[in-house]
Amino acid sequence: MSGPIIDIRGLSLAYERDGRRTEILSALDLAVPRGQFLVIVGESGVGKSTLLRVLIDLAKPSGGTVHLGTDPQKTRTPMALVFQDARLLPWRRVIDNVAFGLERHGLSKAERRERAAAMLKLVGLSDLAGRWPHQLSGGQRQRIAIARALAVEPEVLLMDEPFSALDSFTREGLQDEIQRIKAQTGKTVLFVTHDIDEAVYLADRVVVLAGSPGRIAADVTLAPPRPRQRRDAALVEAARHLRAELSRRSAEL
Amino acid sequence: MTPFRSAALAVVGLAAFLALWEAAPRLDLINPAFLPPPSSIPAAFAREIANGAWPTAVVESLSHYMVGLGAGALAGVALGLATGMFAWFDSLTAGIVRLLRPIPGLAWVPFAIIWFGVQPSAAVFIIAIGVFWIVFFATQGAVRGVDRDLIEVAQAFGFRGPLARLTKILLPAATPGILVGLRTALGQAWMAVVAAEIFGVPGIGARMMQASSLLSTDIVVVYMLTMAGLYGLFDTGFVALQGWLLRWRA
Repeated sequence: MSGPIIDIRGLSLAYERDGRRTEILSALDLAVPRGQFLVIVGESGVGKSTLLRVLIDLAKPSGGTVHLGTDPQKTRTPMALVFQDARLLPWRRVIDNVAFGLERHGLSKAERRERAAAMLKLVGLSDLAGRWPHQLSGGQRQRIAIARALAVEPEVLLMDEPFSALDSFTREGLQDEIQRIKAQTGKTVLFVTHDIDEAVYLADRVVVLAGSPGRIAADVTLAPPRPRQRRDAALVEAARHLRAELSRRSAEL
Repeated sequence: MTPFRSAALAVVGLAAFLALWEAAPRLDLINPAFLPPPSSIPAAFAREIANGAWPTAVVESLSHYMVGLGAGALAGVALGLATGMFAWFDSLTAGIVRLLRPIPGLAWVPFAIIWFGVQPSAAVFIIAIGVFWIVFFATQGAVRGVDRDLIEVAQAFGFRGPLARLTKILLPAATPGILVGLRTALGQAWMAVVAAEIFGVPGIGARMMQASSLLSTDIVVVYMLTMAGLYGLFDTGFVALQGWLLRWRA
């Protein structure tokens, strides 16, 4: 298969409340090649999360097209989303949370458990299979949420500020973890964050959304090989450049 | 206060209560026919067991209780879920609910007797109505209170139909609230059992009325204590079940 896995053209999204029209996104074009780790950065309210919600069909765009290069037979799940707050289902044990998305894939319970167990192993939490979500730390919860999303074997993994609610140690641990998982599975990842250092550390490519409604203000490809060093000169330079771009843009608006 | 101390005080209080109760009729402060002393209760209990009245009455009452509770709870959960899930159904039924809700369960007794006669089904009907409203409102409130974020999780994973939403999210998320309603209903239904049977449907209530008309107040007390015991048993059992069902909570 060739061509971008996600091809967004002229996407806009607006809603009306009390007769006032608010535009979240306007005339957005974005093509994501298969296998890319794309990070979208921007201040809160520029529509980063909204973009992910449109892709997974939780929000309806008011204009434009989204063309997916995912398997048209839908034999594979096109997308799965990791929310900012893990949103585990508190009445399910960890293993059954991971298996949640598989329950519409015509698998037997044993098969679902088996696949969920493999995902738990991938995120290194096999020991917690029988726990309840309330017994986990924030970082563990988020890893379970990642395992839950990966379990449905999505072609694209969407992540909506997945580490922003975590303390910095846990956050850095999970950043390394998601890079490892990405390398291991080769998935296309769309990752939203407002943290520029996080963006340059993780991304093959960083797209900056700015303004209201949100538009693409910068689109930067990052070449440094993986695994990366946090203080890599090229990354530090890229972060500096993106910061400058962001502040220039917000000064303009 | 230590748990031991508070338990000891509870025993002391209960003993004092029984002593006072025993003393009042014995010292002729109260006519023993109006208030039998507690020491006379075991003998009365033994008589009721020996002549078979007690087991019969208990089985009859329990069957009214269980069937009425089951029917009322089932209807309450079903309609509570439906109104909680579908706004149009909520609107459709809002007027009916407003009309019928304030009518006390016991106000249905005349119709219960006309429709079912002085039969077990009449008692079941009265019990079920009381249970229904409690469980209906508890369920409706619990469903409305379900975290929208969790419903979104289900949608994001492709569970988009109402049935999937119900089984994957709404029902488990609403279970704590529904159980609170059910526990209230458990007590309410006991009250309804006696009330329904006092009108003559055979069971504990009917047996109490019989005994009271013969001034066998000791037998009345036997059944009062029986009800306290049975209710305690059911409530304890229910709390254990609730704890198990909600073991996922912190």
